Amino acid sequence: MSNQLEMRAVYTETLLKLGQLDERIVLLEADLMRATGSKNFKDEFPHRTFNVGVAEANMVSISAGLSSAGKLPFANTFACFATRRTFDQFFISANYARLNVKLVGSDPGVTAALNGGTHMAFEDMGIMRTIPKLVIFEPSDPISLKKLMQACVEYYGCTYMRLHRSFADVLYDENEDFELGKGKILREGQDVALIATGVVMVGEALKAATLLAERGIFATVVDMHTIKPIDRNLVIQLAATCGAIVTCENHQIVNGLGSAVAEVLVEEIPTPMVRVGVKDLFGEVGSLDYLKERFGLTATVIVEHAEKVLEKKMTAVKI
Amino acid sequence: MMDDKTLAELTDKAKEIRALTIDAIGYLGIGHLGGSMSVVEVLTMLYYRHMDIDPSNPRKVDRDQLVLSKGHAGPALYSVLADKGYFPKDWLHTLNRGGTRLPSHCDRNLTPGIDMTTGSLGQGLSAAIGIALSHRLDGIASKIFVIIGDGESNEGQVWEAAQAAAQFKLHHIIAFTDYNKLQLDGFMHEIMNIEDLTAKWVSFGWFVQRINGHDLPQIDLAIERAKHEPLRPSMIVMDTIKGKGVDFAENQSTNHNMKLDYETALAAIAKL
Ligand SMILES: Cc1ncc(C[n+]2csc(CCOP(=O)(O)OP(=O)(O)O)c2C)c(N)n1
Ligand SMILES: [Mg+2]
Repeated sequence: MSNQLEMRAVYTETLLKLGQLDERIVLLEADLMRATGSKNFKDEFPHRTFNVGVAEANMVSISAGLSSAGKLPFANTFACFATRRTFDQFFISANYARLNVKLVGSDPGVTAALNGGTHMAFEDMGIMRTIPKLVIFEPSDPISLKKLMQACVEYYGCTYMRLHRSFADVLYDENEDFELGKGKILREGQDVALIATGVVMVGEALKAATLLAERGIFATVVDMHTIKPIDRNLVIQLAATCGAIVTCENHQIVNGLGSAVAEVLVEEIPTPMVRVGVKDLFGEVGSLDYLKERFGLTATVIVEHAEKVLEKKMTAVKI
Repeated sequence: MMDDKTLAELTDKAKEIRALTIDAIGYLGIGHLGGSMSVVEVLTMLYYRHMDIDPSNPRKVDRDQLVLSKGHAGPALYSVLADKGYFPKDWLHTLNRGGTRLPSHCDRNLTPGIDMTTGSLGQGLSAAIGIALSHRLDGIASKIFVIIGDGESNEGQVWEAAQAAAQFKLHHIIAFTDYNKLQLDGFMHEIMNIEDLTAKWVSFGWFVQRINGHDLPQIDLAIERAKHEPLRPSMIVMDTIKGKGVDFAENQSTNHNMKLDYETALAAIAKL
């Protein structure tokens, strides 16, 4: 899997293309334009680009105003600031007002790396998941990023996209179709389902499936790019076919993907499951590899959890 | 007023702090060089002349404190703290590595001598108000120093804190704005202008002074005056140069979080 693309380059190129087709699209930045790399959009559409300075709350309320006047704003900052700092503005001016603001939080979870604990959003999806009707997603590769951005523009309503900024493996064919709210099966196996979200964890889940196969355990791997609304039908189908589930997220295990999946299982089809993710810890500084180890976000940890859940599955069958 | 000998010593100290900081960032290969360089003189004056502190007792309750609200300038402060003996100097080479005690942004729980955790811009002055109010309740007369970035001053919370500190008459808060005219994306006047900064702080009811932030005697005098202000919180607006001392980085809009290989760093240190 050596075909890699820089996600932020794909993001900005796609935004530019979408902006060329749709005049409503405007870009907002809060003094992190160099991080986003959105200069291309600014160069082509200087009048549709607004850098508000270091003022994220202001940026989000301005976006709401732009939307109320018919524009389609994309507002960028790091995931930590996009969610923690602007929650009330995003909740009231954008979501409660039923507007159409596309909020983008980059560098989610451990990918904040050298920016360290203050910048490490392990809770952004959890915070956002409590907002009614908000669509929350994290593309797992360059192709799904492109396709889901397109879908997000076609959808009327607020969205929160987690954006992995650095390089990511290409997982999908150019012609693959994507829908918000519909997960993708990347690999099939009957023993256990690994439901993952985002670049980091979909990648680790795929590696884990290979390791498990070497041990005679066959795993289905799902790219659950949208965590709200969660793909209920797919979760139920996975529970029915595999009977054991491991969720994998670059986020707290509280109120993120694992919680969303557990809610469906408990209500519809109680099934043994375990959650791989950050276990009630704050972020830290370090390299991406160090942090993945530190917070248990690796294929090895997924394998351990898969074995644990398989034990539960066996006992469940005996009872 | 400083005598010539003190001035010479502090000038050397500032150079030493600058060198340690460039070395740490260069050793890692990347870091917040620009904003660390612009605060070297004010940190030197605070820690080597004005602050009442005890490195062997970093949590002493009646110590003077510094909230480095622009937490990304941590590397400059770490050099000072290491030199002061809060922790061994060899920690400086662990900057931002996994498991380090010196993370990119200031962390009061990881680093001895750091008084407040910062990194999410705009919050430090509010935190300083909290410390100052607590000290007033406890009858502690120490000073709370704060360093805010000019880009950081885009944040609304800075101005909420500005009005509160004036309302509460927190004269024991002495804040600085590192007015280096640059924020992350470029020059302030092109991104989000904050002029007339001095007039803004005056209108919020603060005692305001404007100085050259690389001139030690000016910093010294401004702090002295601020210490004697009986009612109002103090804002010292420092005109500075982002990247000061590293010639190829000075006042460059790309110097915020820049790559710096170790060889280049050592060459820059030799030129100081
Ligand atoms: C709330 C928040 N938004 C964005 C950032 C990312 N960021 C870090 S430094 C910076 C620019 C700050 O400019 P300034 O305050 O002028 O700092 P200096 O020039 O002294 O480095 C930005 C936008 C942050 N750390 N916190
Ligand atoms: Mg600045």
